[in-house]
Amino acid sequence: MATQEQKNPQRRDADPDDVPAPAPAATPAKQELDDDIDSVLDEIDGVLESNSEEFVRGFVQKGGE
Amino acid sequence: MTVRRIMGIETEYGISVPGDPMANPMVLSGKVVTAYASQVGMRAARAGWDYEDEAPLRDARGFDLARGLADPSQLTDKEDPTLANVVLTNGARLYVDHAHPEYSSPEVTSPRDAIAWDRAGEAIMREAVRLLARPGTAGVNLYKNNTDGKGSSYGTHENYLMSRATPFAEIVRHLIPFFVARQVMCGSGRVGIGAESTRPGFQLAQRSDFFEVEVGLETTLKRPLINTRDEPHAIADRYRRLHVILGDANHSDVTNLLKLGTTSLVLGMIEDGAVGRNLTVDKPVEALHRISHDPTLRTTVQVSSGRTLTGIQLLWEYYELVGTWLQQKYAGELDEDTAEVMTRWEQVLTKLERDPMEADREVDWVTKLKTLEGFRARDGLDWSDPRLRAIDIQWSDVREDKGLFNRLLAAGRVERLVDEALVKDAVNTPPRDTRAYFRGTCLARFPREVAAASWDSVIFDVESQPSLQRVPMLEPERGTEAHVGELLDRAASADELLRMLADGAATRG
Repeated sequence: MATQEQKNPQRRDADPDDVPAPAPAATPAKQELDDDIDSVLDEIDGVLESNSEEFVRGFVQKGGE
Repeated sequence: MTVRRIMGIETEYGISVPGDPMANPMVLSGKVVTAYASQVGMRAARAGWDYEDEAPLRDARGFDLARGLADPSQLTDKEDPTLANVVLTNGARLYVDHAHPEYSSPEVTSPRDAIAWDRAGEAIMREAVRLLARPGTAGVNLYKNNTDGKGSSYGTHENYLMSRATPFAEIVRHLIPFFVARQVMCGSGRVGIGAESTRPGFQLAQRSDFFEVEVGLETTLKRPLINTRDEPHAIADRYRRLHVILGDANHSDVTNLLKLGTTSLVLGMIEDGAVGRNLTVDKPVEALHRISHDPTLRTTVQVSSGRTLTGIQLLWEYYELVGTWLQQKYAGELDEDTAEVMTRWEQVLTKLERDPMEADREVDWVTKLKTLEGFRARDGLDWSDPRLRAIDIQWSDVREDKGLFNRLLAAGRVERLVDEALVKDAVNTPPRDTRAYFRGTCLARFPREVAAASWDSVIFDVESQPSLQRVPMLEPERGTEAHVGELLDRAASADELLRMLADGAATRG
């Protein structure tokens, strides 16, 4: 099996300075992000059980294991 | 020891009939098992379970069942459907466990293989749902989740084969703090706080609120963080099977990889006696609940050294300890599986630490929370809104068109590690590198002659022998393709296979 170089683990502190800041270029514009989330919600709206209350009430399980 | 070891996942699926909450779940679960078994040409108890190893007093039951089933005139309607059980050609066990259909994966040796055969189980459940969706009937829906949010929980258990030489007290001591924090990376997310969702809100894990004690034998009440069930299904003085009951059923490959991978590494470190720090957490059960209840991940726990750590910081401690141990043991030369787990572990913790929402393509609870927050923002929903609870349940529907996780996956919004082609293969074929290979291949080649099977045995009923022939498989790493593949290829019948096995045993002395 091929091997890979494993770097030494670095100690992590709670100090937020240690954490690299997110690259601003990689962050999509807010509008784009909102559109993206909206399309997820639309997709879910399309398949979600229409009567949520009844659906939740009807999901009754017995304990297992 | 690297991340590789014998492991497997058992999953009990939630089950319901739309519009009929009173439907008998035991009978329904039996239908699920029977429907799938018939579809693949097996009777739902044709290859019965060999109980000899599991409960010695029930020895007779296993054999009686096998004898009875040898007579094909015995109809399934005479059998108790709630005892439906089948061993599949992929080496898995599909059966009714209490009030749920359960898929117990075959033994595998890597987290990636665990994902493949776990998803194979999902594919099998999906197929059963399809088979039961007959026109004019309500059908049966199955859910890969762990609670109904009304006080009931059902399990997704991990199994890890360990060295018997490791003192159990050491496992308990070093594993409890890890388990308290593991949900930060591995939780599947849940709407509702408390076993009966008495408080509105969102929490990291499906299972956490159902745990009450630190160590114990129970799995259905007074659930313990560390389960002491000692049933190795292997040579008992060499192996221990650690039965982990506190995990969630995962949808995300990355989450599942981290669950199996990091746990296996922590166990390896414990087996080597290499845990150099005492990370004992004060009031661990309470800590488990508190960490689960805080999606901002700022909640801290008290560690015995007097330090106060968040769940992420506790996981970084384990990451460092494992990294140091691997460095000392392998001088940085790691196998691909171990390297992948370490890389993912670091990446996911870094993202969660910076902003949990950044891990939405990798971590189950984050994917779910981000979606739910979207609904809350768009429609101004309160956490007590039934729509959010409905989304939480339907998230885990195994169907590709109805399951919300499956929709997000199809839309490319979640990362996948294991190709669908491998999963498809894993539905029918066993892993090659464990005894599951022998079990599954025997079922595929000689379905009529296998009277019963279990994790550590296959029982044959062949015409040339007056009694049933039990082939024990107490070494999980034997019975592999490398070990018996050629033998199985050469055997034209079960009879011949048994003769060759007996000759081999005789030659080996």
